[in-house]
Amino acid sequence: MELLERFAAGDLEAFETLFRQHQKEVYAWIVRIVRDSGIAEDLTVETFWRIYRARQRFDPAAGNFRAWARRIATNAALDHLRHARRETELPEDLPCVASEDSAVRGETRERIRQAFRELPAKYRLVATLALIEEEPYNSIADAAGISAALVKVRVFRAVRMLRKKLNSFGVEVAAK
Amino acid sequence: MINEENNKEMKELLKQAITPVKDTELRRDLWPQMLRKLDQQHSRVPWFDWALAAILSAILFLFPGAIPALLYHL
Repeated sequence: MELLERFAAGDLEAFETLFRQHQKEVYAWIVRIVRDSGIAEDLTVETFWRIYRARQRFDPAAGNFRAWARRIATNAALDHLRHARRETELPEDLPCVASEDSAVRGETRERIRQAFRELPAKYRLVATLALIEEEPYNSIADAAGISAALVKVRVFRAVRMLRKKLNSFGVEVAAK
Repeated sequence: MINEENNKEMKELLKQAITPVKDTELRRDLWPQMLRKLDQQHSRVPWFDWALAAILSAILFLFPGAIPALLYHL
């Protein structure tokens, strides 16, 4: 029996093989969304736990395990953003551009980060991937289980919300 | 077109405050953590099992005469 068929049948060894094959990729995707290595590790395990529980719904003949895992990882990360939005801050050790002649200085940077973390989770997800990580819309759409057109709409709305929030914080961002 | 320009402008602004994650490498094997989670979840008794046990205990407490009948059917 093939690996995916054995996994779908509940074989723990097959699951371990898949886990070891895909854990790095799943982690790399999640850490780009949640931006914290410890949380990304926990969410990687949570993702595979969801994968294991849903194994009977996976069709080994038609299924693409990698794409399926990424979608579940995206949902796990989104759930985390939903629950942690108010309580957590973006990690302070994220490297920032901090040169003297930078147009955006300390206080402004903090306001931008604050405006960003106050975005609703589903907008923060697409804004992180599209605007910061520069992931293509199609890739975000596949991972989030929505159309590329909807990703575009959400990015547009996220930008509008950010602009409004930044203007209320006193950071001037001109609308075109 | 205007949307693209807006996105570009916001992208530049965001990138000065929040940079892309450069280090996306997983430093350790998470399988031991996964196994622990599997063990924990397997040994956890679902809430409805507890509810069933509570209902059964209540019935046996209120109607002790049902105990022999229950034992007979077991």
